[in-house]
Amino acid sequence: MANATDPDSYTGATPDNAIRDADRAEKTGQMLAADGTPLKTSLARSLRAQKLRALMLIAPLLIFILVTFIAPIADMLFRSVENQIVSETLPRTVQALDSWDGEGAPDEETFRALAADLTIATELKNHTRLGSRLNYETTGISSLFRQTGRDVDEIGEGYMEQFIELDEAWEDPATWMTLMAADSWIENRAQWASDKAEAEAAQDAATTAAEAIALEFTDPEPPFRLNDIASDALPRTASIFRQFARITQTENEDSPAEEEPWAIIYQALYEDLSAGRGDGYEGQAATLIDEARSAVVGFEDQSIKDYFINEIDEDWGSTEVWGTIKAFSSPYTAGYFLASADLQLTAQGIEKQPEDQQIYALLFKRTMFMSLTIMFSCILLGYPIAFLLSNLPMRTSNMLLILVLLPFWTSLLVRTSAWKVLLQQQGVINDILVWIGLVADNDRLQLINNQTGTIIAMTHILLPFMILPLYSVMKTIPPYYVRAAKSLGATNWTAFWRVYFPQSVPGIGAGSILVFILSIGYYITPELVGGTTGTFISNRIAYHISSSLNWGLAAALGSILLALVLVLYYLYDRIVGIDNVSLG
Amino acid sequence: MPDGSNSQAFVEFDRVQKSYDGEVLVVKDLNLAVGRGEFLTMLGPSGSGKTTVLMMLAGFETATNGEIRLGGKEINNIPPHKRGIGMVFQNYALFPHMSVAENLSFPLEVRNIGKSEREGKIKRALDMVQMGDFGGRRPAQLSGGQQQRIALARALVFEPELVLMDEPLGALDKQLRETLQFEITNLAHELGITTVYVTHDQTEALTMSDRVAVFDDGRIQQLAPPDDLYEKPQNSFVAQFIGENNALRGTVTSLSKDRCVVKLDGTGEQIDALPVNVAKEGDKTLVSIRPERVEFNPDLGENAHTLDAEVMEFVYMGDVFRTRLKVAGRDDFIVKTRNRADQVRLSPGEKVKIGWLPQDCRALDP
Repeated sequence: MANATDPDSYTGATPDNAIRDADRAEKTGQMLAADGTPLKTSLARSLRAQKLRALMLIAPLLIFILVTFIAPIADMLFRSVENQIVSETLPRTVQALDSWDGEGAPDEETFRALAADLTIATELKNHTRLGSRLNYETTGISSLFRQTGRDVDEIGEGYMEQFIELDEAWEDPATWMTLMAADSWIENRAQWASDKAEAEAAQDAATTAAEAIALEFTDPEPPFRLNDIASDALPRTASIFRQFARITQTENEDSPAEEEPWAIIYQALYEDLSAGRGDGYEGQAATLIDEARSAVVGFEDQSIKDYFINEIDEDWGSTEVWGTIKAFSSPYTAGYFLASADLQLTAQGIEKQPEDQQIYALLFKRTMFMSLTIMFSCILLGYPIAFLLSNLPMRTSNMLLILVLLPFWTSLLVRTSAWKVLLQQQGVINDILVWIGLVADNDRLQLINNQTGTIIAMTHILLPFMILPLYSVMKTIPPYYVRAAKSLGATNWTAFWRVYFPQSVPGIGAGSILVFILSIGYYITPELVGGTTGTFISNRIAYHISSSLNWGLAAALGSILLALVLVLYYLYDRIVGIDNVSLG
Repeated sequence: MPDGSNSQAFVEFDRVQKSYDGEVLVVKDLNLAVGRGEFLTMLGPSGSGKTTVLMMLAGFETATNGEIRLGGKEINNIPPHKRGIGMVFQNYALFPHMSVAENLSFPLEVRNIGKSEREGKIKRALDMVQMGDFGGRRPAQLSGGQQQRIALARALVFEPELVLMDEPLGALDKQLRETLQFEITNLAHELGITTVYVTHDQTEALTMSDRVAVFDDGRIQQLAPPDDLYEKPQNSFVAQFIGENNALRGTVTSLSKDRCVVKLDGTGEQIDALPVNVAKEGDKTLVSIRPERVEFNPDLGENAHTLDAEVMEFVYMGDVFRTRLKVAGRDDFIVKTRNRADQVRLSPGEKVKIGWLPQDCRALDP
């Protein structure tokens, strides 16, 4: 401290230094804490522990909400575009279809791929699921796939016979093991077999049944491994053989070393050999392959395309079937959303659905219209009730509030059924109207099983959701505002309209959002009293979930509904302001 | 200064009664006349009926019996919005969804006043309460004092002849209240408006009003200018309610026109008092003396009475000393003395003599 008296060299907390610090902070636009770190950093550090503790406290609930609420919604959104079943079940076919021109049946190569894919799918019993999926897009594909599943195992039998005729060894599973299995697997399997034999011998020697059960050998055969030569030399054969081995081991619990291979494997072998592949083997296997390779030239050629079209089903020659497979071959599709908008995806692009199948746009429009009608009916009926409730003495208003809540204590089904009794043509309301003379006896009003019925029943059911937020908002509007307005010279109406009503708008907003969102997704009441003209989009979603099992389409419809609600919410926010919503 | 008793009373209550449930009278036989341009305050504890009277005048409550007249015309059956009375509420009652200017515009709009004229009036009213720059704000963006100024401006903007104020300053802090008290009285006198003001704060009532009506139990206990109210209370309620008061109980032993002798209950000591509310000898009475009119070891001439007292407590309050004494067997006798250099500071336990002028000592109803 040579120059301690110089104010500029003083480093403590002096007023001068504070001003200098403040100047510096202003220049850099940053406030500094006492120790010189930026104030923001300092604040964040001091709050971090608190935030962490708060987060830990809410963590169980957060996880619960994520798992039970967010995850299902995400799953639903995902389902509406997910389409992996086609590319997973028919991988070879999808690849081969890349070169298809979109007119008529594709080439022989594609049919070969289809035969291989379908044989495997049939063995795994996947082909019917795929058939149902594609049936949503083109009617008839489901039965086509089922039919094909029954006949597809015959493909390749011609070649199998010719190979066996050439050399009996082709029939022997051991030959296929030499060609296909990895040496390591053969060793493992031999080890496994000797273990098993030893265990069985011990079991035979056991004296009691309990001992025998304890000694039982339960290890499965080691999983099959393909050798490297096979996948290089005979790629198609190897690819199918691996599936064959896997399915034999897992689905049928047999050993590929003991089972005769599928006919389609001979087909693939023929394809590989006639393409000139098969080099790389040594010894006996090489001799066998060479012999077969020189013989296949003389084999009787059998067209799989002809077999599919002529023997199995002529639909395999139609552009529509192949167009559908190609259009839905990608793992993600907009197809469900297009279907929700009355459009369809074809190989040629997006087209309109045929006129008689366009229902979703109509249903969406009807859902919106009816939800808005119900919402406005609820406002009209609920506002005076809420106003009355909030202005009566506490005792009376509490009693009336119980009457408002009473419907909540009755089953929804009972309430809806009651409306059936009241509204039907021979029902109470029509009877009264006829008795008064407003309606002729032979011309009774149709009040149920149409839109009127749905609107009446749903307005009744959703009315409490309008009254309660309105009531709680009106409760908070002090009476002196209206008094002030009147003392300033406003008539009753002006005082209400210009002073009271604007302050109750947040309640109307909250009630409207509640009622509208509830009614847009309402299902049970329209189903019961809506007939054919009073049903909502949600009834269609329920149909696809539980009856047609087209979950993808249901998910897409649901997603659109969700998007619609969000858009309306956004519009409400822009027009009225979301801070103008209050539940009291 | 206008006098309420003159023949051109602007607001008149004639034998007005009010009951909410048909069993209890909240306002009992009210007769009151407010002169044009007068500032009248209705003061009383809560539940005394003062707000009910105000509400009847504004038209929000109907009188059960009797007649209310405004400018000579009976207004019992005229709805509030046709009475043309400006009103300021305790909670300001500024419409929260309107800006300040819109709030002021409201009474003009409902009177179908043209836009340009409205703007002129709004500007004048806002300037009047020194809030000229706040027209565009929302009430929620203003402080309590600012809100009350706006409420005042709104009650005055349509130029009513009568303005009612229902505890308008009750929610404000002390300093702000004092400023606004001053401003309100000034405005009312400048504009020549008749004002009926309700409060339970006696300081407010005393500083602002031309006359004060003290309410209790549904009746006006005393209607008088502030100085009379404080110095010449007509009954013991007014004496106790307005300002600090020492009350001594006793019996009247002799009574003449302007002098009576009261024998105190505790010690039997006799004092002279001014008979205000006693009828005959032998009556029980409550003697009222203001704490600042009492002197220690007095030298007040031969007419003055002195009493023995014992100091219980001495409190230093800055401008005054507050001494609590035991007098005539009761230990709640307060004496206030000015903080002067020669003033003695008594300590607890000391015995002193106290005394006062007989005219400062009023014998009231028990």
